[in-house]
Amino acid sequence: MSALTYMFGYTGRVTLNSLYAVARVCVLVQDTAYWAVVQPLRGKGLRLRSAVEHFVEFGFNSLPIVGLICFLIGGIMSMQAVYLLKAFGATQYVANLVGVIAVRELAPLMTAILLTGRSGSAIAAEIGTMKVSEEIDALEVMGLNPTKHLVVPKFIAMVTAIPCLTILGALIMIFGGFAVTVWVVGVEPNVYINNTINAIKIRDFATGFSKSVFFGIVICLVGVYRGFQVEGGAEGVGKMTTSSVVTSIFLIIFVDLIFTYIFFF
Amino acid sequence: MPEENGPIIEVKDLVVKYGDRTVLDNINFHVNRGETFVILGGSGCGKSTLLKNLVGLMRPHSGHILINGQDITEMTDVERVEVRKKLGMCFQASALFNSMSIGDNVALPLREHTKLEESTIDIMTKIKLELVGLGGFENYLPAELSGGMKKRAGLARAMAMDPEVIFYDEPSAGLDPIVAAGLDALIRKMQSTFNLTSIVVTHEMASVKLIADRVLMLLAGKVVGYGKLEEIEGSEHPFVKQFFDRRPDDESDNRDDYIKSLTGQDDD
Ligand SMILES: Nc1ncnc2c1ncn2[C@@H]1O[C@H](COP(=O)(O)OP(=O)(O)O)[C@@H](O)[C@H]1O
Ligand SMILES: [Mg+2]
Repeated sequence: MSALTYMFGYTGRVTLNSLYAVARVCVLVQDTAYWAVVQPLRGKGLRLRSAVEHFVEFGFNSLPIVGLICFLIGGIMSMQAVYLLKAFGATQYVANLVGVIAVRELAPLMTAILLTGRSGSAIAAEIGTMKVSEEIDALEVMGLNPTKHLVVPKFIAMVTAIPCLTILGALIMIFGGFAVTVWVVGVEPNVYINNTINAIKIRDFATGFSKSVFFGIVICLVGVYRGFQVEGGAEGVGKMTTSSVVTSIFLIIFVDLIFTYIFFF
Repeated sequence: MPEENGPIIEVKDLVVKYGDRTVLDNINFHVNRGETFVILGGSGCGKSTLLKNLVGLMRPHSGHILINGQDITEMTDVERVEVRKKLGMCFQASALFNSMSIGDNVALPLREHTKLEESTIDIMTKIKLELVGLGGFENYLPAELSGGMKKRAGLARAMAMDPEVIFYDEPSAGLDPIVAAGLDALIRKMQSTFNLTSIVVTHEMASVKLIADRVLMLLAGKVVGYGKLEEIEGSEHPFVKQFFDRRPDDESDNRDDYIKSLTGQDDD
């Protein structure tokens, strides 16, 4: 009997907590949209300078690591493809495989995961630290809205930086594939380039691009949400930073699944 | 305009809870215009929680808080923002924005709430910093200042919008006696120069005697003393006497009592 009570109680609590979390995420999304879109349209200023600073931090400063990882993954992918296609004497088609997979899938995904680790966690840590040191309270006492001042600049920076990074990442990934296939395996450069151009459709770019915007929204909102959840001191910040990375990577892959299901079938 | 002579802040039957736990239980008091009002009590008795309610950062469980006769517990968030422009707050850990210079910290509310020219804001920032004895520190980052200087910078920022009431959360906590005395003097100066109403949360007896006009004394979320400093000093309440005489608690050999006295909560 008591086991049953416990089970029902537990299920109830988990459900309530999840509903509560969903409600709070909805409030956050609505608040962000309000301060990022509605208020600027009414002529109330955006914090553009802060947004630009964050764009440089999230986008430009992530370029080296995103570039390096994408280059290496392009190379790895093409080696695997060569292994597979050599048996059919079709090594020149490595270009098609690498190109399409990079643009549609791997570049958006790798960029998003790298940005989660690099910037999503930083967002959670920054907001969490500000919460612990009462800086958020200080903003509110001064009559300044934390969403407008902290969240919106990061949000704008993230959703603009991540598609740019993704496109650059895709190009570098293709170049990584090119480097291995042409200089190691010995496929003709023209053939590789032509095959790549023929294989990739505009639609592939468009879906990869739009997918990455959604990844950016996920990274930013998860970071912000976890940051505002911080309670207690420094260990609270650490806990929520870690948790922001885990949640964000899970949600990115989940969004990817839904996106792929909708657009490729 | 609401009445100008009545108390600037009135608190009626205030009850605040964190979850199921009552942290402030039926608090009643008022603060007169232009006085220095001290909220006194041990660690964890709910002093910071009380301040957060007074400035509208939290919504109480029940009760009313009137600022200039307007009930902030019944206001929407937008209406509260207007009231807050007349309130300044100095936080316990100063809460300066670490990514901004001291000057930008002080200028932030001016930049956001007024349409003043940048050059005017510059001058006003300089004046506010001069006022708290930090002239020439505009371009320093908060991390480059000592604890006492951070508190002063926090005060300059709280003063930026020329508030009517200023709240201090443990201004002298964590400072050496000399720096703490400097802050006490500063609180007095602000109060007398600008006829500013000051509400100071503290547990430092030395500074209470220097700055207080009237005192509210809390014990585990309840009022145990309220009135002029002299009246409180003469109080017969055992806790108040103990607090003023700086006597430690009697040794307790009962573990549950001890835990309860530390946390104000039953151990389960
Ligand atoms: N966010 C919170 N959630 C739950 N309990 C809290 C929270 N903040 C403070 N408390 C509890 O409320 C009590 C009063 O806290 P506080 O107002 O900070 O005390 P003081 O400032 O007098 O030291 C403490 O026992 C503390 O543990
Ligand atoms: Mg406190």
